[in-house]
Amino acid sequence: MSVRVVLAEDGVLLREGLAGLLTRFGFEVVAAVGDADELARAVAEHRPDLVVTDIRMPPDFTDEGLRAAVELRRAYPGLAVLALSQYVERSGAAELLDSGDGRGVGYLLKDRVVDVEEFATALRQVVAGGTVVDPQVVRQLLSRHRDPLNRLSTRETEVLALVAEGHSNTEIARRLVVSEAAIAKHVGNILTKLDLPPAADTNRRVLAVLAYLRR
Amino acid sequence: MTTALDALGTRGFLLGRWPWRAAVYLLSSLATASAAAGALCLLCLPWLVLVAESFSDRTGPAAVLLALGALTFGLGGPLVALPLAGLERRRLRLVDPRPVTSGHRRPSAPGLDSWVRTRYTEAATWRELGYVVLLGTVVLAACGSVVVFAVLAGALLTSPLLIGGGAVSVGFLTVSTLGESVWGALAGLGMVAALAYLGTLVAGLHGMLARTLLQGDQLVEVARSRARLVDAFEAERRRIERDLHDGAQQRLVSLTLRLGLARLDLPPDSPAAQQLADAHDQAKLLMAELREFIHGIRPQVLTERGLPAALGELADRSAVPVTVHSALRGRLPGSVEGTAYFVASEALANAAKHSAATAVEIDVRLERGSLLLEVRDDGHGGADPLRGTGLTGLADRVAVLDGRMVLSSPAGGPTIVRVELPCPSE
Repeated sequence: MSVRVVLAEDGVLLREGLAGLLTRFGFEVVAAVGDADELARAVAEHRPDLVVTDIRMPPDFTDEGLRAAVELRRAYPGLAVLALSQYVERSGAAELLDSGDGRGVGYLLKDRVVDVEEFATALRQVVAGGTVVDPQVVRQLLSRHRDPLNRLSTRETEVLALVAEGHSNTEIARRLVVSEAAIAKHVGNILTKLDLPPAADTNRRVLAVLAYLRR
Repeated sequence: MTTALDALGTRGFLLGRWPWRAAVYLLSSLATASAAAGALCLLCLPWLVLVAESFSDRTGPAAVLLALGALTFGLGGPLVALPLAGLERRRLRLVDPRPVTSGHRRPSAPGLDSWVRTRYTEAATWRELGYVVLLGTVVLAACGSVVVFAVLAGALLTSPLLIGGGAVSVGFLTVSTLGESVWGALAGLGMVAALAYLGTLVAGLHGMLARTLLQGDQLVEVARSRARLVDAFEAERRRIERDLHDGAQQRLVSLTLRLGLARLDLPPDSPAAQQLADAHDQAKLLMAELREFIHGIRPQVLTERGLPAALGELADRSAVPVTVHSALRGRLPGSVEGTAYFVASEALANAAKHSAATAVEIDVRLERGSLLLEVRDDGHGGADPLRGTGLTGLADRVAVLDGRMVLSSPAGGPTIVRVELPCPSE
């Protein structure tokens, strides 16, 4: 059964492009709307599995999409949401990641949609209950909390960034072109250095790291 | 530009041009002040009659005379004051070369009727009448005293020449012998020097009085329009940022997305796929460049969330660790936020590029109606505003908002950039 998606994006061109992309990767776009109010109505009507929404939308072009997303996650537990932001903004990301139980949620820069395959992978991760955070947000969070993270080696910081993006050890190993065992060791070291008890679940790993970083 | 009053304290005053300009001003003041006094006497004739009558114990129609006086003064006063004030404004250049404009409005419609209504109802006219009254009384007396002083000085100075015709009497002094006349001449010389100062002082004070009462509010207008210009400039930046963001950037993202989708449809080893991959990469590069460019025009976080959030983001992007201490609540005027942000951004860039700093602190708070921004780094100091244009450019930008920027950067550090921007609270 295909994943049913409601898409909210005020730019017509980009909305059509995104709808095309979603269809192309086997998602079923049940509604494509242009503002936050329509988004709420469409979700109530179609009960989708996933919402993909722009953050800046009419009428004020500030964070309507983000507020709508947080609201929807409260109203429909288990609804997966991926928010697209035009620029990196920590507080917005934190707000969204805090909503619900932190599962099935993503915050990506709009630029990421152009790497179509990676974007589709991120969407699937969110639908599967994963957490996806834009690497650039992670980078800023890391630079913000430089001090306690000074203990991490460069490679460990790299691994942490990929962990925070929601990747599995296999995927991280593939990206960094090292063995999976090496990654497992790095992750273990990171969790030890950051005083986080090791956990098997990828998603909880991400949440733990983010919770730590937000502190 | 210096005025007569400014020149009083300078060296070489006595030998410069200011005593002569003051003298010309004083002598011509005597003429205009006499004219003013004469005109005032005519205008106040009914009142003068009333005063004369009260002295001669004759009872006349006091109320009628009072009212008549008020009528001639009120109706005729402006007619005397207007041309006289115009003349006085032109004459003011002798002691105060700064430009002066009248505060008169242009009548709303042509014709005598509208002219009379405008002139008799505006404050400038009545201020000018007040000036004419002072001119005909206080100024006349002051100028007269200076002239009397000048005559005494002149008589003493020339007493050795005048002594041939018998004893010379100057005030209480009488010079009767040649020996006395030499002392008299010396005293006269001292008096001439004193006269130069006294005359310039009186002329300068008169000029100040004239400027206060005869000038419109032109200087205030200039300052206001400059602030408006800065605001307009900031609004324009926001508009450009918005247009690019909602237009070009969105189109570029959707174009790049389509290129990415198209790549999926081509066999990966075909020549077309390689071309398309190149195009896709270039479009992505262009997207990143456009994003940076738009950020440089005016960061969106500054527009949407204000200065503390924007400074926090600036700190995140900095290569040097930055701590931001902000005691700001609510939003400030856009021009103040914009200027403060760019000062912080430039100061951070300088610290990272030139100072070898390992930590930077940014403090921002409101104090006595000003926004205070301080950027401190622990680098090796030695920043010199005279080299390069970065720091002076920043100072210029601050000065446009009537703010000021101070820099402390001793060799060995630390470097502190401090900016104060007037910030009217709503």
